[in-house]
Amino acid sequence: MKEDRSEMAAKDVELDPRSAAISEPLSSSSSSPAAFNAVVSAGNKSRSCKSSLPVTQPPCPGHVLENVLENVLQFLTCRRDRNAVSLVCRSWYRVEAQTRFEVFIGNCYSLSPSRLTRRFKGVRSLLLKGKPRFADFNLMPPDWGAQFAPWVAATAMAYPWLEKVNLKRMFVTDDDLALLAESFPGFKELILRCCEGFGTSGIALFANKCRQLKVLDLIESEVTDDEVDWISCFPEGETHLESLSFECVESPINFKALEGLVLRSPFLKKLRTSRFVSLEELHRLMVQASQLTSLGTGSFSPNDVPQGEQEPDYASAFRASKSIVCLSGFRELTPEYLPAISPVCANLTSLNLSYANISPDILKPIIRNCHNIRVFWALDSICDEGLQAVAATCKELRELRVFPSDPLEDSESPVSALGLQAISEGCRKLESILYFCQRMTNGAVIAMSENCPQLTVFRLCIMGRYRPDHVTGKPMDDGFGAIVKNCKKLTRLAVSGLLTDEAFSIIGEHGKLIRTLSVAFAGDSDMALRYILEGCPKLQKLEIRDCPFGDVGLRSGMHRYHNMRFVWMSYCRLTRGGCRDIAHALPSVVAEVFGSDVDDDDDNADYVETLYMYRSLDGARKDAPKFVTIL
Amino acid sequence: MMGTVELNLRETELCLGLPGGDTAAPVTGNKRGFSETVDLKLNLNNEPANKEGCTTHDVVTNSVSKEKSSSPKDPAKPPAKISRAQVVGWPPVRSYRKNVLVSSQKSEAAAFVKVSMDGAPYLRKVDLKMYKSYDELSNALSNMFSSFTMGKYGGEEGMIDFMNERKLMDLVNSWDYVPSYEDKDGDWMLVGDVPWPMFVDTCKRLRLMKGSDAIGLAPRAMEKCKSRA
Repeated sequence: MKEDRSEMAAKDVELDPRSAAISEPLSSSSSSPAAFNAVVSAGNKSRSCKSSLPVTQPPCPGHVLENVLENVLQFLTCRRDRNAVSLVCRSWYRVEAQTRFEVFIGNCYSLSPSRLTRRFKGVRSLLLKGKPRFADFNLMPPDWGAQFAPWVAATAMAYPWLEKVNLKRMFVTDDDLALLAESFPGFKELILRCCEGFGTSGIALFANKCRQLKVLDLIESEVTDDEVDWISCFPEGETHLESLSFECVESPINFKALEGLVLRSPFLKKLRTSRFVSLEELHRLMVQASQLTSLGTGSFSPNDVPQGEQEPDYASAFRASKSIVCLSGFRELTPEYLPAISPVCANLTSLNLSYANISPDILKPIIRNCHNIRVFWALDSICDEGLQAVAATCKELRELRVFPSDPLEDSESPVSALGLQAISEGCRKLESILYFCQRMTNGAVIAMSENCPQLTVFRLCIMGRYRPDHVTGKPMDDGFGAIVKNCKKLTRLAVSGLLTDEAFSIIGEHGKLIRTLSVAFAGDSDMALRYILEGCPKLQKLEIRDCPFGDVGLRSGMHRYHNMRFVWMSYCRLTRGGCRDIAHALPSVVAEVFGSDVDDDDDNADYVETLYMYRSLDGARKDAPKFVTIL
Repeated sequence: MMGTVELNLRETELCLGLPGGDTAAPVTGNKRGFSETVDLKLNLNNEPANKEGCTTHDVVTNSVSKEKSSSPKDPAKPPAKISRAQVVGWPPVRSYRKNVLVSSQKSEAAAFVKVSMDGAPYLRKVDLKMYKSYDELSNALSNMFSSFTMGKYGGEEGMIDFMNERKLMDLVNSWDYVPSYEDKDGDWMLVGDVPWPMFVDTCKRLRLMKGSDAIGLAPRAMEKCKSRA
């Protein structure tokens, strides 16, 4: 049996690359981990025991160990721990593979579906990520790939007990959904985040076929309107639904059917409706489902102008919903109605107002009661004043996201350093922040670094490119430098504003735990890229755009690309020759080059608009479209 | 891909940056600082180079231009469009979210008006509802008509003048082109008189007049201002 080292070198099935030292010929005799004896007999075949013992005899010590291991391993759910376990020796590798139920694949192109099914035999839950994040910002041409089809085909054959699929940025077709529904009788959870390629007809079929369905969450995905009444396609009778989220489905909903569905879903805890559910309709749903813990409120706007007493008592509906801890929606908010949520404010742990243009005056009376909020998303329309109100009340805040109401570079931004400073002073437990503004000061960023030592995610987007500190005129080096120096737990960083190479020197040196780094319109030279690649020991995902980094900078990371999930560089100064050299030197890395102009411009043949580089166990993908060149 | 909902003309302009960011007409904070209702400056000229600590970027742009024998845009002169046009995919907000913001604002009828510029071969149309301030409108207009302008005066001086000047006559004299509009009454007014929302309601068409022609406009504009006040 040949040793196949490459089998184990993929971090993208979240294994440790050191496992190349231990090779495991994956025998096809390993069967369902649920069958205890079968595991023992599978171990029997590759053991060095001379006599083939029948199963009824007391197992030899090696088997005892495997049995014990199997029982112990079921407590290990963290994939990193499991990866470590699989490296110990062949037998541990085998047992781990048989007992891993949940597989995480951070880049769908890092391995082929057949490799997955060869190693893991009992997968119940699959999390797959496709396109890299910058694809969200129109930096990637459509039809690039990340199709779910080959995965559903492979898993349909290999994992009849598959019950959970969670996809992010994948291309999923109606056929894929149909196959999913048909192949897995016990299917329980489907979560599609930022996906596209399917429509309401696919959802309808899926809802109809999956009788054990507990979770159907469509999040920020593009769902084509096939004019199918999909809500009516859920089967009759009591459902197992615990979570139904369709905020992103941009087509009218049959409310009567929705109401009926909610009525016969006694386990429903999370309901997130689209904007096609009016306030009156929401009221009816709430009255019928007072057990909800998470509510997406739809439009939060009444259909008709209320006529005095005929208006439903919205506040009382909220009062009756004693379990609500998470509120979102407010897609077409009529601000006068927002106070209706007041009865639940004290219990709220999560509030997402980021689709509502709310002024400080509207926000303040609401947020005043939200003492327990941990997650708060809003538009910058709340202004610095609103942020100050948040800082004054929300002492438990862990995650804050402030989105731009006018996402243009030169717009007026109502939030600034003032708001950031206030948050840093009031919300000391802050762990994650995403903040869009037009300009910023080092002072406020430094203050945050000192006041919020628990920060693991710091993403500051100064929308005005190359903007220095607007008070001192200096680059933003000091601010971001302070963040990486003071926030020792930082794992994710996004930088912006005017930044010199010096900033990256500090990031490289102090960003010891950073796994994801996003850089745009920053740096002076290749040195900045070198600092990053020669520092930041834990860096996994590097996304760069519009920086003066070239082949020399890229080359400085050759020693580590096999250990990273991906590198994205667009509108930098890379040449084809440079990228090709690197691709040829690193066989375990795939380098894709493409541009937004589908027709190749001969004059610019050497210019690389976008480089997307990732490690892969199975080499170049076969489904690359024409505009993608794999070096 | 989504994103076709927006009619913002800026978004349709190609903004592919050259390596190193041909987008290097770096922007400082203070240019945005003037009152939106009065000081309308029409930047029909190239963006002045940013002086504040961004010279390195000019260097970057220049050195980059040597790498390529032919580039789609002449790097020696930063194109006027880039400085005001939006760069693709920036700021990094998902088109999903952008579209939701557009649709969540209860849609009112668009307010299309014709825009003519003296000397230009054809008219353009803009939807005034797409803009929130005179500043935004000014940006859009300058993008649209920049190819026709021969404005040569150093933008820097022009801008510094506009910064604090509130006297209409001075403004009129220093501009090459003066934006004027025809209101509901059929009168031609200087753009910038009235608060933005009122302007959107009353403007029927726009005309970018040559400065010399506009001098007659100003006194009437001021009269009407007084009568409205």
